[in-house]
Amino acid sequence: MPASTQHPVDILRFNTCGSVDDGKSTLIGRLLYDSKSLMEDQIEALERSADITGGGQINLANLTDGLRAEREQGITIDVAYRYFATPRRKFIIADTPGHVQYTRNMVTGASSANLSVVLVDARAGVIEQSRRHTCIASLLRIPHLIVAVNKMDLVGWSEERFHEIRDEFEEFLPRLDMKDVRFIPISALNGDNVVDPSPHTPWYPGPTLLGHLEAVHIGSDWNLNGFRLPVQWVNRPNHPQNPRLHDFRGFSGQIAGGIVRVGQKVLALPAGITSTVQEIWTFDGPVREAFCPQSVTLVLSHDIDVSRGSMIIGLDSLPGAETELHANVCWMHQRPLQRGKKYFLKHTANTVQAVVSEIEHRINITTLEPEPAPAELALNDIGEIRLRTAKPLVYDGYAANRLTGSFILIEQGTNATVAAGMLKAPRELVKPESADYMI
Amino acid sequence: MNGYHLDHLQHLETEAIHVMREVAGEFERPALLFSGGKDSICLLRLAEKAFRPSELPLPLLNVDTGHHFPELNEFRDRRAKELGAKLIIRRVEDAIARGVAVPAPGEISRNRLQIPTLLDAIEEFRFDCCIGGARRDEEKARAKERFFSFRDSFGQWDPKNQRPEIWNLYNARINPGENMRVFPLSNWTEMDVWEYIRRERLAVPSIYFSHRRPCVRRQGQWLPVTDLLPPKPGEIVRELVVRVRTIGDIISTGMVESPADSVDDIIAEIAAARVTERGSRADDRSSEAAMEDRKKAGYF
Repeated sequence: MPASTQHPVDILRFNTCGSVDDGKSTLIGRLLYDSKSLMEDQIEALERSADITGGGQINLANLTDGLRAEREQGITIDVAYRYFATPRRKFIIADTPGHVQYTRNMVTGASSANLSVVLVDARAGVIEQSRRHTCIASLLRIPHLIVAVNKMDLVGWSEERFHEIRDEFEEFLPRLDMKDVRFIPISALNGDNVVDPSPHTPWYPGPTLLGHLEAVHIGSDWNLNGFRLPVQWVNRPNHPQNPRLHDFRGFSGQIAGGIVRVGQKVLALPAGITSTVQEIWTFDGPVREAFCPQSVTLVLSHDIDVSRGSMIIGLDSLPGAETELHANVCWMHQRPLQRGKKYFLKHTANTVQAVVSEIEHRINITTLEPEPAPAELALNDIGEIRLRTAKPLVYDGYAANRLTGSFILIEQGTNATVAAGMLKAPRELVKPESADYMI
Repeated sequence: MNGYHLDHLQHLETEAIHVMREVAGEFERPALLFSGGKDSICLLRLAEKAFRPSELPLPLLNVDTGHHFPELNEFRDRRAKELGAKLIIRRVEDAIARGVAVPAPGEISRNRLQIPTLLDAIEEFRFDCCIGGARRDEEKARAKERFFSFRDSFGQWDPKNQRPEIWNLYNARINPGENMRVFPLSNWTEMDVWEYIRRERLAVPSIYFSHRRPCVRRQGQWLPVTDLLPPKPGEIVRELVVRVRTIGDIISTGMVESPADSVDDIIAEIAAARVTERGSRADDRSSEAAMEDRKKAGYF
C-alpha cells in the first residue's frame, strides 16, 4: 500500500513530455495503477467509460484527461497534476501535452520540476518533438532527465534499437548542459520496467522508471548559496495594547536562496541600506536560522524602508540591480511579442513596467542554435531579448538561481500571462557601500 | 545530506504560505472561504502561519446551504471566534427569497444554488479574491486547476484558456468586476491534509470521527436520516457506526462505516482505503463531467 503512515521523506516533482501518442497519459496511468495508487471507484469509472467509448478496453489515459473535450478528441489540452506516493517518496506529476501548439504548457509543467521524463516511441525514434522537449528541459535547467523509450514491445524488445535511440540522443546532449540523463526501455501499455522489472529486457541492468524516480538524489536541487528574501508582505500588527506587537515590524517572504541567521548582516534592496537580522519570526516560535525554501518573517535591527517587492540579501553573494536586462523568453500568447511594447514584468514579489527594446534572435528549439533576429516572437517561440524596466530589478542569473532569475510578462489591459523569462547573469553586481544606482 | 532539508509536509506548507502572502500582497479585498471542513481547517492554520503576529488580513466567508451538518456550523463559528477572525455567512435560503438563486421545479439539492449565492456575496462585499481549500487530487477537472484561477465577470472558469503558471510567479492582475480564486492546497492530497492535522494538532468537527447514526441505503451509499431526508416507504433505517470522509450537504453525503475515532485511526483508514474521497459524494457521481460543468458555472 502506498502512502503509509510512515512519512515519505520528500517530494519529487516531475513532468512527462513527448509527442501525441507517445503514451504519456498511459505511462502515468500505469505508474498509478501498478503502484496501487488508483482507487476502486476510479477504476470503475474507467471501466464505465471504456464500455461506452473504448469498446471494452480500459484506457489508462482517461485517468488524466479530465476535461470533456480531451476525452472526446483523445488528446490532453492542459497541464494535469497527479499525485501518488510510495513508502520512499511523494510524487507530483505534471502531465504536459505534446502538441507543438501547447509548448507553453510544457514550460508551465516543467518550470518547477526536479525531473523531466521525455517519452520516445521506439518505432519512431528521436523526432523533432523529442529534441524540443529536451531542449526546453535544458533551458529551464531541470536537474534530472529520464528518456523513457516506450513501446519497446512493438520493436520486439530489440536491444539494438534501444541503443540506436540512445546514441541519437547522446549526439545532441553535449550541447545542452544536462548533467544527469538516464535511458530506460519500457512498455507503458504492458507495464514493463515501469514499476516492475521486465522479463523482456535481460540486457538492461538499470532500475525501473519508478525505481529511478524513488532513488534520484534531489537534496541539492535547492539553492543554498547567497541568501535572498523577496519581501511579499510587511507584517505590522499595530497592536494597541501589547507594546511588543505595537512596534513589531517584520518582513514576510519565502527564502529564494541561501541561509539566514540571527545576527547576520544583510542588505535591503533597492533601498541599499545594510542592517542586521534581529529575529527570525515564525508562527512556531523564533528560530536561529532559516533556509531556502522556508517561509519566514525577518525582523531587522534598523527601521528601514522595505516594502513588498524589496529584496533582503546576504552580503556574501551579491545580485545585480539593473534596468537593462538580457533574457531568454518563451512566448506564450497568440499575439506575438512586439518590440517597443510595454508589459508588466513580475519578478519575485515585484512588478514593474518593462519595454522590449530588442529581439536579438529566435532560438531554434531543436538545435538550440540562434537564428537571425526576427521582427517578432510568435506563440511557442523561444528567443533572446533585451528589456528595459522602469525601476531597477534586483536579480540573479537564472543559471545561478531559478527563483530570482525568472520572470513573467503580463500584457497590459488583458492581463494575460504572455511570456516566461530566464535572465542572463547580471553584468555588474550591486556594490553594498554605494547606493549610486538608486533612482 | 545536510540539515537543510524539508520533508513533504514542510514543502507543502511553505508553498501554501507563499501563495497566501501573494494574495495579501496583490489584492485589495480578499476573503478566505471557511466551511469548518478539514481542508479549510488547514487553510486557517496556514493563514495564521502566513500572517501572525498580525491579525488575519482577510475575513472568513461561508455560504450556508441550509443543509449543513449542524456539527460543522458549530465548529465553524467556534473556530472563527477563537482566532478573532471576522466571519461572514451568506445563506442560500436568503438568496432564494431574494430571487438571486432560483431552484428548478422539484430541486431539493442546494448544491447548484450555492453558486449564485457565492457570486452574490462576492459582489456585495466587492471581494476581488477568494481563497479556497480545493485540492487537485480530489477530482479530474480539479487536476487542471491553477493556484490562481481566473474568473471572468460572470464568475466563470474557462479551462481551455487558463493563465500559464510558471515557477512560483502568480499573475494576480484582474480588471474591475473580475475575480480570482486561489487554492493554496492545490498540491495536497487527502493524506497530506490528515497528516498536517495530526502534526499541527488541529481540532476537527466531531462528524469526522466514528459515531452512531440512523442511515438509509440509496444508490450504493449510506445517507444520514434527518428531517431533510426521511426514509421513504419501505426503506429500512439502520443504526450504524459511521463517520464522514468528505463533507457535503447532509442530504448527499455518504456515511462511511468506520470505527475510526482518532486522527491516527483516520490516517490508517485512508492508507488502506480502496475508494477515493469523492466516491462518497452523490453530487460528483451524476456524470463524468459533473465537476467540470459546476466549475465552469462558478463553483469551487
